[in-house]
Amino acid sequence: MPIEISEKTIKRDFIEKIIKLSGQDINQCFQCGTCVGACPMSDKVDTVPRKLMRMAQYGLEGPVGESQAYWTCASCYSCSVNCPRGIDLARVMEAFRLLTLRKTNEDKVKLSELPEELVKDLPQIAMVSCFRKLTS
Amino acid sequence: MSQSESTPKKTQIATGDRAILPKGAKTIPIFIMGKQYEVPETLTIMKAMEFAGFQFLRGAGCRGGICGACPTVYRMPNDYKIHFGLACQTVVEADMYLAQIPFYPANRAVYKLEDIEARPDMINALYPELFRCVACNNCTKACPMNVDVLGYISALKQGDIARAAEISFDCIQCGMCASRCMGEIPQYHIAQLARRMYGKYIMPKAEHLQKRVDEINAGKYDGLLEKLQKMSHEELEKLYKEREREPDLAPNGTWVPQDAQYL
Amino acid sequence: MKVTYYPGCTLKTKARNLEDSAVASMKALGVEMEELTRWNCCGAVHSLADDDLIHQVAPVRDLIRAMEQGSDAVVTLCSMCYNSLARANLIMKNDEVKRKTINDFMDEEKDYHGELEVLHFLNFIRDHVGWDKVREQVKVPLNDMKVAMYYGCTLVRPGNVSIEPIGDTKVMGEFLEALGATPVDFPMATTCCGSYQILGNPEAALDVSAAILESALARGAEAVILSCPLCEYNLAKTQGQLTEKQKLSKEVPVYYFTQLLALALGLDSEACRFDLNDHNCLNFLKSKSLVA
Repeated sequence: MPIEISEKTIKRDFIEKIIKLSGQDINQCFQCGTCVGACPMSDKVDTVPRKLMRMAQYGLEGPVGESQAYWTCASCYSCSVNCPRGIDLARVMEAFRLLTLRKTNEDKVKLSELPEELVKDLPQIAMVSCFRKLTS
Repeated sequence: MSQSESTPKKTQIATGDRAILPKGAKTIPIFIMGKQYEVPETLTIMKAMEFAGFQFLRGAGCRGGICGACPTVYRMPNDYKIHFGLACQTVVEADMYLAQIPFYPANRAVYKLEDIEARPDMINALYPELFRCVACNNCTKACPMNVDVLGYISALKQGDIARAAEISFDCIQCGMCASRCMGEIPQYHIAQLARRMYGKYIMPKAEHLQKRVDEINAGKYDGLLEKLQKMSHEELEKLYKEREREPDLAPNGTWVPQDAQYL
Repeated sequence: MKVTYYPGCTLKTKARNLEDSAVASMKALGVEMEELTRWNCCGAVHSLADDDLIHQVAPVRDLIRAMEQGSDAVVTLCSMCYNSLARANLIMKNDEVKRKTINDFMDEEKDYHGELEVLHFLNFIRDHVGWDKVREQVKVPLNDMKVAMYYGCTLVRPGNVSIEPIGDTKVMGEFLEALGATPVDFPMATTCCGSYQILGNPEAALDVSAAILESALARGAEAVILSCPLCEYNLAKTQGQLTEKQKLSKEVPVYYFTQLLALALGLDSEACRFDLNDHNCLNFLKSKSLVA
């Protein structure tokens, strides 16, 4: 799917919000793709972190919002510790998540729909961490 | 009845109330939902609101500080702090800025106590939102009963049902904790589940109580009850007045009635 | 130096085998672990947004409790607790503005400035007990046991809280050697197991978990050790599912590192708590004649 980059799709305030929330200078990214190689989930997501970074640089709020990739991110920090430009990508992914969660007040994981047996089985830290990252 | 008819209407309004200023007391301004009223400084928030003309259809219950129906939120001038209290227990202060929150919607899980066990994972499955707690402590600050709400929520996350039941014992289910929770947790409902589990499955059963229940079921008191039911009002009154009473402050277990046949 | 032990919620229920084995082992080594008397959940994950300080409150509150108890350091067993406490501690130590906001918000608590040190149990044994002492006390050496060292994410990332310099982790190897076992390094030793995505995106988490176990098997590992209850869930409790779905070629016993410590120190089953692991864990130790 081609992504339209135009006056219509570029959102300048989106770039600013990402930078402010993450504290990262996303323009430092030079698209080397080291993050993609480091990410354990990069073969399981629709948009790899390198591509998300590029979208963020352009302020493509729409396409970033449609991606599901950062909802599969586990904040494992592999990308961040390997980035040759020193960008803490995990913080950028968190900013993507929060911009959606804060706007919509919709949870990415529906607590009432969780399988009862799984909740009984899981260690408490699984719920705590999941709800912190995936619910608003 | 005849008494109230003979009493002039004017004084009747104040009967049993302290709305008439005692000597030396004054009226003070309070703000109820933003509007100023002058009320006697001797009143509780609830009586002050009634004095000001409010009528409680909801938000009033026992008037004794135990039913949890009248939680009130208030602020004092020039202070960012929010205070919480029960309207029936908290005495008004000058320039208090208040509103009542008689009810706050909170998620309540449906369960049959008979079908569950006292296991932490059962609570987790019924209330997974428990794990959205961020330990902000707003719940504890909001509790008009001074319950350590964060303490029992932490105990529940750690799987300690008995401790949660103990800490939450004074809860009156007013719901102020839930109203302040950023994790949208219904703390008081979860605590109630913990206390129910504790009461039914964890707390040791009182053997003497079971023995007495068995005796009742076996009909030990049927004859006595039948006899009492057939008595006239006067006979009952006489029996009651002449009843043998345990002396006040008698040390535990030292007193035995002369007629011990029903023990 | 007074060190207080912060257990974390999961160690009181699902991961009793992690706590029981650690406490009993320390007792055998002459170290009494004093538990924090009052504590709350640390939050398990560190919040990464610059303006989100409310999620730092939980770990800071725990550190304040430890300070009130007169501690100089907090030691944790669970990797996630270690990570969230250590990172919140860094904010309180180094970021003046955030520190003030957090302290002001918790106006019912004492102010905290990062006075305490947050330690992980592995480093604690190394620095406060010493490998020599552990080696001396070993009653049942774990000879001929090839054990993969799974660090996962939260012990080693990010760099400012890593228990050792990234890429130069030795502590689990030293630990295993002290017990007489053969440490097995493997390429995915610090790859994420999928963590909480076992709830968010279970298929993805199961895939990575299987890949990690295969990676350890390929290096000749017979067992895996780790220190995180969520890693333990993903790498051990899902193995039935993984083999059934043919994502994993064969089951691998997975232990908390403290369980092998308790075993090597000759402690009984009450201390080792293998009853809370999968059945293959006990079978493997029987095949090595390490338990009856």
